[in-house]
Amino acid sequence: MSNPVVLITGGLTGIGRAAALAFAKVGAKVVVSGRREAEGQALASELLATGAEAEFIRADVRFEDDVRNLIDSTVARFGRLDVAVNSAGTEGKLGPLTEFTAESYAAMFDTNVLGTLFSMKHALRIMQPQGSGSIVNISSTMGARGSANMSLYAGSKHAVEGITKSAAIEAAAFGVRVNAVAPGPTDTGMLDRLAGAPEKRAAFYAAIPLKRAGTPEEVADAITFVASDKARFITGQIIRVNGGKTAS
Amino acid sequence: MTSLTGKTAIVTGASRGIGRASALALAKAGAQVLVHYGRDAKEAEAVVGEIRAAGGQADASAVDLAAPDGAHELAKRAREIIGSRLDILVANAGVSKAASIEELTVEDFDKLFAVNVRAPYFLVQQLLPITSVGGSIILVSSLAARATIGTLSAYAATKGALDTLVKHFAAALGPRGIRVNAIAPGAVQTDMSDFLKTDAGRDFALGMQALKRLAQPDDIGDVVAFLASDAARWITGDTLQVDGGSKL
Repeated sequence: MSNPVVLITGGLTGIGRAAALAFAKVGAKVVVSGRREAEGQALASELLATGAEAEFIRADVRFEDDVRNLIDSTVARFGRLDVAVNSAGTEGKLGPLTEFTAESYAAMFDTNVLGTLFSMKHALRIMQPQGSGSIVNISSTMGARGSANMSLYAGSKHAVEGITKSAAIEAAAFGVRVNAVAPGPTDTGMLDRLAGAPEKRAAFYAAIPLKRAGTPEEVADAITFVASDKARFITGQIIRVNGGKTAS
Repeated sequence: MTSLTGKTAIVTGASRGIGRASALALAKAGAQVLVHYGRDAKEAEAVVGEIRAAGGQADASAVDLAAPDGAHELAKRAREIIGSRLDILVANAGVSKAASIEELTVEDFDKLFAVNVRAPYFLVQQLLPITSVGGSIILVSSLAARATIGTLSAYAATKGALDTLVKHFAAALGPRGIRVNAIAPGAVQTDMSDFLKTDAGRDFALGMQALKRLAQPDDIGDVVAFLASDAARWITGDTLQVDGGSKL
């Protein structure tokens, strides 16, 4: 498919933003979504300046009406939906399990899990009758591992992986593939908030054979690959893009 | 990012099936390819011919990888043909044997491990002095490593060994800028797969998969070309399942 229609939630920052730019570069028509209007319009302008057809549509993935409207508006503008990258996510607040609350749980799971579920539900609503499409969720090394003070984040990403595999089985009958990309530490705002001061970063990088964080572009290249026809026999998979962190 | 222009590659067992598809995909992306084979000279020369006819560079070389010094011999030939820089190694050559636990002979067991595990191990070792920074090593594993299919216990064990080796190689070679991954196909329509030549075999494969069509060698070749490329520069230490969503 030469000019796929690509929707990226959580598309305004970090990995989502890098994915938007990567897709635009290969000729996709790109809709980016997030909660902040000014940032969204700025990114849309940046994408348009590369020669791509692009638009920002505001949505908060925690609310089904927003997501329904986001998908419908994308299809109204571009006529179809070929790729949905569900990148809206939060790292929440780190802390021991003994201190979590119903509120901190909801804050984490409403964005990372419910937001992913709504985005998938409404993308599939279009892709299944279309008989084609590719969904890419964002997991994490924490989708398969654990870490002190990160039980809610890890739980939410383990959930994304299980949802990805189950949806892949359902959607295959309709010609739709569902996969996830699981980055390790990646140079984004989220890593700044998690890793804090430069001295603390060494701990994050110690377990990575290449001794650095990944760049959002490196993760975006894996997203564009798994969404593409080259990955036509790959579904239900969690593609680990982490410089070898899970190998060591 | 996906171009392999100027890169050199070795693909073992490249006269047929997945090896052939990998050699062709790498050549299409611009790599110079050493087409290794065991016995099928005519088929190997045909692969070389196909690459050259499309304007690419290729040579064939026959080495028995079942021999204890097979890997050492191939590494020596590689230096003669390719020179002093190797960018991509696809260790695909493999043998299979269906046998119940009661039937398997020591000879069968040893041959499986010699070709499927020992040869790749020593190829990696012997080629290290010429493997470039940014180099990509791809071992060919199998769904059999994690799914108990048929009477393939010893074969499956060889593939499980590769999945483990990939992590160790990636951790050790990461600091040298060399990535090591595996791909794990399921049933693929090739000559090595007698399994798919029967209705029962085909039905079984399709029953296991989320995607309801049988894999062709290029479905695998395209993923090999991705892993070989800079687009996959942050992916290392992983086994990528290219199996139509089997046993999720």
